[in-house]
Amino acid sequence: MRTRLTAGLGLALFSLAAPSAPAASRFVQDPYPSTYAAIASAPVLIRNATVLTGTGARLEQTDVLLRDGRIAAVGTALAAPAGTREVDARGKWVTPGIIDVHSHLGVYPSPGVSAHSDGNEMTAPVTANVWAEHSVWPQDPGFAAALAGGVTSMQVLPGSANLVGGRGVTLKNVPATTYQAMKFPGAPWGLKMACGENPKRVYGGGKGVAPGTRMGNVAGYRAAFIDASEYLAKNAPKKPAKKKRWFGGDDKGDSAGDAGGKRDLKLDTLAGAIQGDIRVHIHCYRADEMATMLDLSKEFGFKIAAFHHAVEAYKLSDRLAAEGVCGALWADWWGFKMEAFDGIQDNIALVDRPPNSCAIVHSDSPEGIQRLNQEAAKVIANARRAGIQIAPERAMMWLSYNAARALGVEKQTGSLEAGKMGDVVVWNGSPFSSYAQAEQVYIDGHQVYERGDARRQPLSDFMLGQEAQP
Amino acid sequence: MSRSSGIPSRCRAWLGATLLLAVLPAQAQDLLVRNATVHTASARGSLEHTDVLVQGGIIRAVGTGLSAPAGASVVEAAGKPLTPALFGGITDIGIDEVSGESTTVDSALKLADQPLRPEFDVSLAYNPASVLIPVARLDGIGFTALGANSGGGFIAGQGGVVRLDGSADPIGPLALYIRLGASGAELTGSSRAAQWMLLEQMVSEARGRVPADSPHALLTPAGRATLARYLAGQGRLVVQVDRAADIRQLLRWATREKLKIAIAGGAEAWRLAPQLAQANVPVFVDALGNLPSSFDQLGATLENAARLRAAGVQVSFAQRDDASHNARKMRQLAGNAVANGLPWQDGLAGLTRVPAQVLGVGDRIGSIEVGKLADLVLWEGDPLDVGHYAEQVWLGGRAMPMRSRQTELRDRYLAPATAEPRAYSR
Repeated sequence: MRTRLTAGLGLALFSLAAPSAPAASRFVQDPYPSTYAAIASAPVLIRNATVLTGTGARLEQTDVLLRDGRIAAVGTALAAPAGTREVDARGKWVTPGIIDVHSHLGVYPSPGVSAHSDGNEMTAPVTANVWAEHSVWPQDPGFAAALAGGVTSMQVLPGSANLVGGRGVTLKNVPATTYQAMKFPGAPWGLKMACGENPKRVYGGGKGVAPGTRMGNVAGYRAAFIDASEYLAKNAPKKPAKKKRWFGGDDKGDSAGDAGGKRDLKLDTLAGAIQGDIRVHIHCYRADEMATMLDLSKEFGFKIAAFHHAVEAYKLSDRLAAEGVCGALWADWWGFKMEAFDGIQDNIALVDRPPNSCAIVHSDSPEGIQRLNQEAAKVIANARRAGIQIAPERAMMWLSYNAARALGVEKQTGSLEAGKMGDVVVWNGSPFSSYAQAEQVYIDGHQVYERGDARRQPLSDFMLGQEAQP
Repeated sequence: MSRSSGIPSRCRAWLGATLLLAVLPAQAQDLLVRNATVHTASARGSLEHTDVLVQGGIIRAVGTGLSAPAGASVVEAAGKPLTPALFGGITDIGIDEVSGESTTVDSALKLADQPLRPEFDVSLAYNPASVLIPVARLDGIGFTALGANSGGGFIAGQGGVVRLDGSADPIGPLALYIRLGASGAELTGSSRAAQWMLLEQMVSEARGRVPADSPHALLTPAGRATLARYLAGQGRLVVQVDRAADIRQLLRWATREKLKIAIAGGAEAWRLAPQLAQANVPVFVDALGNLPSSFDQLGATLENAARLRAAGVQVSFAQRDDASHNARKMRQLAGNAVANGLPWQDGLAGLTRVPAQVLGVGDRIGSIEVGKLADLVLWEGDPLDVGHYAEQVWLGGRAMPMRSRQTELRDRYLAPATAEPRAYSR
């Protein structure tokens, strides 16, 4: 049976910290570290399921063993260690936990009150100094709703009002009182940038300051990265000065290490992005603007992890795949503004086609995050209408493994492989249907959700005791 | 046209028939769909291995072993589902092309000096050449209610029902759209209590209890005449409201004034399900809305549709956000309502028969029955499951091209690149 040990003991049993991370550069030191602690559980053996591994494979009549917070084995007729809880999953489908690379849960929580509208620092076009995690309200009821949709991890990003919106944070979708207790151990930060209409509307249109045009947008990115490049040069460890024998002493003064002056939070983040320690996520709709951003990334030597929304990514799918840039996309949103006018229902399918592609289904929505599997189902159906056959095991990569790649956590989660985090969903059938429902959700091997048992479903402090309880 | 402007209801059917002749050109073909699983959305339910015969754009027979008249096109359905063309929800299709570009949006009236204009009718701006129409139609949508959005006042104005066959004018009566509760309070002096105060006064004006030249009059003469028609039972008020307490007030007011109403949104409507059933008030449910998105929606649940239906309420669906560009998402709402307890037949009815009846066009569309317009969709699989798609749509018996601006873009970029720019491929 399930044995709940103390969280402290759980930590003693297994560590979830990133394996032997090298000392962080000064740009990505974390004064607000993760306190996430997996809840220890007895082993769980999920038997006889249709398993989508998240890496493109589909296994029938297969067992998945969770032990010590990890996926211990995926195979047939696995032996149950002593004390294992067995789950009969005949007729069920089992997948990795879904990962949303674009969420505003916690920073634009429900209810949408002005007091909690903390997702866009709309006071300057470049706010690389702000961190979305400092806006997260852990009591957002949307977290629990997303969990019921099988979402086990997500990146919470600042909004897209700014050219550079700030740092995003990757969270494990566990109920907690602090965001630090949700913070994905060892996950790199994201840097949120935005192309196109939003920044120029908010600043030029709304405040009468730059940027007011797309060319103003690009000038703004370039100015910020010029500053960051200079900052980086000043703060790079210098070569030890040649000892001058007659001075004596040693060379352990300030000039031996970081020689920079006062820290600048804005430039820390941009420098971290240039160094590749912070992953760049760009809200960008149009193909031509994505091409501009690819050039910008080369001008300043940073790597783009993913274009988000990217309704025109299908016009540029070969190049995105060749440059190793993911497309984090909707299944069918379009038309709400001019830069979304060319959206098509086959965007994800077309982005997925080239070799080495990285298509991701994302939400940007507290409703959409609850049913990313249904968004993928739409893509499969529309692709079939266009004559493109996409297998469920392929589509599963859009929901987990590719998302984990974009976030830089693919070594820890995103697929059902031995040694990875025990982030697993048991579905009532194929996930790619309007009728699909997550029946059980596990995070680090611990069951955090059970459909049909309200006691196994988290309820936020905000909803507790409300008369209008659903 | 049969817009409800003062035309006695008995004349409307005749005018509707005239309209029908006007919008059904000669190319309305005769059609026999053979061996379908016919989901009639009528009392006959679902019929397996069944044929549907269409002549002159009208359904003439639903049965087995029907023979095709000379010249009729015959479609072998091989058991696939055939449904009535679906309801696209309460949308701005044809009155909102690009939501962020105000020059393309006509769905809301903002008149500072006299904001309360129930006579405002968004259908007059309807553009049957909108690119949203083929996009929605490609996914089985055949008709939609044009909903006025509240801009300057909580009385948003009127809109009609349009069929997405390229015809220029609405069919059936107009509905009057009103927004109550928190989201309307900014338009009513920062208090939802004032909504009832203002409604009381407008009713008084429409009933002639306030002199027309009163300096306090809220309505124009045309506004009085419009509201008077609704007070006389002609046309339905569609009220966007979520909180149970506000729905309770609404039921009292509608009962007192003998108004025909429907609720749109209705996040907490399930809490008053028996009263809504008793008052025969249908609800357009936002079936994906389970979050407490505002303090008016703390009781939001995915089981809203199922609970309402179980109590005997007529249930259809409506989306909250970009309902127009995403009209094709309506069947996802129905499918999710079914996944959360609504019987499948009620899910289909909520996309077909129920909205057609509630909006006053149920005599012509919304079900597969003899005498109804042949607005039909043949599906590749379960129409309520987003994992399947519409294979063919017929409106008035005419096969609609299964193309849209989006499929054109798709095909342009699906083709392998050549030395020629893609701008030359079409």
